[in-house]
Amino acid sequence: MPAVSKGDGMRGLAVFISDIRNCKSKEAEIKRINKELANIRSKFKGDKALDGYSKKKYVCKLLFIFLLGHDIDFGHMEAVNLLSSNKYTEKQIGYLFISVLVNSNSELIRLINNAIKNDLSSRNPTFMCLALHCIANVGSREMAEAFAGEIPRILVAGDTMDSVKQSAALCLLRLYKTSPDLVLMGEWTSRVVHLLNDQHMGVVTAAISLITCLSQKNPDEFKTCVSLAVSRLSRIVSSASTDLQDYTYYFVPAPWLSCKLLRLLQCYPPPEDGAVKGRLVECLETILNKAQEPPKSKKVQHSNAKNAILFEAIALIIHYDSEPNLLVRACNQLGQFLQHRETNLRYLALESMCTLASSEFSHEAVKTHIETVINALKTERDVSVRQRAADLLYAMCDRSNAKQIVAEMLSYLETADYSIREEMVLKVAILAEKYAVDYSWYVDTILNLIRIAGDYVSEEVWYRVIQIVINRDDVQGYAAKTVFEALQAPACHENMVKVGGYILGEFGNLIAGDPRSSPLVQFNLLHSKFHLCSVPTRALLLSAYIKFINLFPETKSTIQEVLRCDSQIRNSDVELQQRAVEYLKLSSIASTDVLATVLEEMPPFPERESSILAKLKKKKGPGAVSAGELEEGKREGGEVNGWEVNQQKSEPSQENASSLTTSPSPTPTAMHLSLTSFFFPSSLSQSTPSPSADLLGLRSAAPVSAAPVSAGSLLVDVFSEAGPAASTAGVNDDGFLRFVCKNNGVLFENQLLQIGIKSEYRQNLGRMYLFYGNKTSVQFVSFSTTLKPVDPLVEGGAQVQQVINIECLSDFSDAPLLNIKFRYGGALQNLSLKLPVTINKFFQPTEMSSHDFFQRWKQLSQPQQEAQKIFKANHPMDTEVLKAKLLGLGTALLDNVDPNPENFVCAGVIQTKAQQIGCLLRLEPNAQAQMYRLTLRSSKDTVAKRLCELLSEQF
Amino acid sequence: MIKFLLMINKQGQTRLSKYYDHVDVGKRAALEANVVKCCLFRKKEECSFVEYKDYKLVYRQYAALFIVVGITDDENELSIYELVHNFIEVLDKYFNRVSELDIMFNLDKVHIMLDEMILNGCIVETNKNRILAPLLALDKMAES
Repeated sequence: MPAVSKGDGMRGLAVFISDIRNCKSKEAEIKRINKELANIRSKFKGDKALDGYSKKKYVCKLLFIFLLGHDIDFGHMEAVNLLSSNKYTEKQIGYLFISVLVNSNSELIRLINNAIKNDLSSRNPTFMCLALHCIANVGSREMAEAFAGEIPRILVAGDTMDSVKQSAALCLLRLYKTSPDLVLMGEWTSRVVHLLNDQHMGVVTAAISLITCLSQKNPDEFKTCVSLAVSRLSRIVSSASTDLQDYTYYFVPAPWLSCKLLRLLQCYPPPEDGAVKGRLVECLETILNKAQEPPKSKKVQHSNAKNAILFEAIALIIHYDSEPNLLVRACNQLGQFLQHRETNLRYLALESMCTLASSEFSHEAVKTHIETVINALKTERDVSVRQRAADLLYAMCDRSNAKQIVAEMLSYLETADYSIREEMVLKVAILAEKYAVDYSWYVDTILNLIRIAGDYVSEEVWYRVIQIVINRDDVQGYAAKTVFEALQAPACHENMVKVGGYILGEFGNLIAGDPRSSPLVQFNLLHSKFHLCSVPTRALLLSAYIKFINLFPETKSTIQEVLRCDSQIRNSDVELQQRAVEYLKLSSIASTDVLATVLEEMPPFPERESSILAKLKKKKGPGAVSAGELEEGKREGGEVNGWEVNQQKSEPSQENASSLTTSPSPTPTAMHLSLTSFFFPSSLSQSTPSPSADLLGLRSAAPVSAAPVSAGSLLVDVFSEAGPAASTAGVNDDGFLRFVCKNNGVLFENQLLQIGIKSEYRQNLGRMYLFYGNKTSVQFVSFSTTLKPVDPLVEGGAQVQQVINIECLSDFSDAPLLNIKFRYGGALQNLSLKLPVTINKFFQPTEMSSHDFFQRWKQLSQPQQEAQKIFKANHPMDTEVLKAKLLGLGTALLDNVDPNPENFVCAGVIQTKAQQIGCLLRLEPNAQAQMYRLTLRSSKDTVAKRLCELLSEQF
Repeated sequence: MIKFLLMINKQGQTRLSKYYDHVDVGKRAALEANVVKCCLFRKKEECSFVEYKDYKLVYRQYAALFIVVGITDDENELSIYELVHNFIEVLDKYFNRVSELDIMFNLDKVHIMLDEMILNGCIVETNKNRILAPLLALDKMAES
């Protein structure tokens, strides 16, 4: 070795570095650096040409300054000039500066490219290597454009030096990653693959990175690499440790190359060719055997290198997942490592075993190590090792050991590191759900979870326990009892209060027989927590209270008292205030029957994939959930205890849910109402992202989306009298009524979809344009409506138009229904709307004198020909607005007809294909009382009645 | 793939950094500070692999100097762990018992050696003699 003195003669550099090291403060350091930068800048700008040595010295200083975290904004030009030097040292420092400091979008790339071009054609291998290193380090688009054609040639040419080939291989890899379109491998493919056969191990090492990347992108074209890789691996594995000379590392032949070969094979399924496969299996067995042989050296490097290959071989065995014998051997080997004194090995063994656990061949073998793994969870001193142990327990869990594993994880949670608690909580919740045989165990587990790590229990977890309790009536009584007991604790977590409030609100009656948990005791217990809770929890408790009034009429006065007190009814939080006011009103106005309907027990939730599992996947990132776990979901998801249902299976149940929304029968409607009203006493809440949607485990607005809109209006109807609205509930009524007096506007809107309409009518004919606007950025697929065919794809942000022609055959009172179905992000969306086609749309206005009007009025004097309604004004009584509305109705507004100028009279003829129906209208406002009297007379009784209904909602 | 290689001393000062994916200068400091936090305070009995964001950090300590390699999860941890040792042995061979100061004063040479071993985030050469060959040729030129 040459004697290398410190600083190697570059005294200036040595002085500068020691100055920096002696700086007492950051300020002093920055001052020193700025001084040096000024010095170098002046040297570069100076008239005197710098010699190669000085340039090199200054560039080294700049590199050092850059390393300290200072950006360097000059010197690039000088570095580029160094590239064209003939001296190797200068050229080298120029390339070094560029590869460290120049990024791929620099303006200097063109100049750099020129220098590279010269060096590549110089046929001087050292220069070529420098140039190739530079491309591999910078790798810009321009470089790809300039050299993508050239480099493959260099790579496969017979006379290229080995070191140049190595650089060329990784250079090409870089260009392929930046600009795959420019690197055309076609004709080179087979020659590149054959680099695996190159005599020189360095070339193989470099080429294999390139081949691995290319194989991942074009597996078919590079298929031939499998047999070549196997034979190469076989030669290495069976060689004596001295055969490979310099590529032997601590008696292990070519460890890095072996790892890479095994990694390349993981891009492909097991070889089909029997001979190749046999050879590979032999290799893998040899590797496993070597692990059992006594070590050739006591050095840790020896065992590390050997084990690096072993772990990679095991990864390949797991990837193939087809050789039970090898899988079990791998498992046993890893089992030994679980108790190894090297922490690194324990860590890697736990990690590797995690994937092994999901193979059906080795799952049982993995399970035999459960005690060791539990012990690791308890005693490992390194948190990342404990985390791996927790992961492995999760992976090896099945019905036979679920209780043990969940119990261990729960007890570990009490002392677990904060950083991993949330993930642990999710895992416990998932396992408890997946392997619950009796649901009382499940409920106990989740309540324990909240007790031990309440802060880490996310919404998904407690939503889920409620979903399950609601859906399983065999556990409801137990859940109520347990949660009641849990709430007795003087300090209990807010999540416990939430679950308690919800469950007692639904099922408190199941334990009310016991005097120790009588209705009032239950209520007082819940209410004792109220003041310590946050607003969302209080809102939930208020909903629980109103449910109590329904469950236990004897609590009514106590609860009303609570609702009535100022801290509720005048609460500064608008949500709480509104709930208090509305619940108070509801409880005092509505009859017991109505109350029972509104507050009916929650209907079962549609079954779907657990939202917790989704959360865990999200948390770990899409790539992080092992394929094994997903497969496991596929394997078991379908039938696990009947309620964890995977995506495909949830489809029919979603349709059930949506038929529930659209069904006109009153019972499901009421159920639906009670479902939404629990969380949405007011239509106000619909603007906020709905917690009830989350509770349902829906990630999008889903079928219920229309419900919050109607819920508000439904409640109003319940208050007045449970009248005709009941038959139309579940269908969007709101939008419909707004279109009685107008023809254009937005019919419906939720987070996903907006529907606008434009319509025109003449005589008994009409034409309506419907505009469906996708408000999301995601495509809707399978979009269909019941009206007529429409383009099944609606792009994100796009609008689709549909034109329908309407003919009125005879008079009618029910509006046509429009059903819309589409898939958004996999979830089926189903909407039912009333098309705003009403009988008045076919009015022809009729002008007539006062005399004629009253004559006809008298002619229509039979009782059934008249319909009358007296109602309160919903809007300010503005004469102009009233006039506009009446004109919008389609009739003629007759002036100077009624002796009272405050009154309005109108006349018109409704055109149907079958007949013409004359109608007269009189609207008498009473400004003092804020009331209207509306009278309609028509030659057909049903028409008068229908018009009266429609109009009474308009003013 | 190897994303970056850092040499950091016990005081947390970066002595060498090599990034195989472009990282802004401003972000490098933050990343290096985080890496220091992740690796330097770990105890002897803790394992040498640390999960950090999307990478795994593989680190190895030599006296007061830490070498930290950031890798993606398609890389074999133990083989990288030994690659670090191989790199140190190369430095040792060249500098004859390498110290932190050797690295500081000969950054350019360390970079040459590193470029011979790792290129574009992939292992390119592991044979010590071949790694050192260009540098020795360079020294010969300088002498003559």
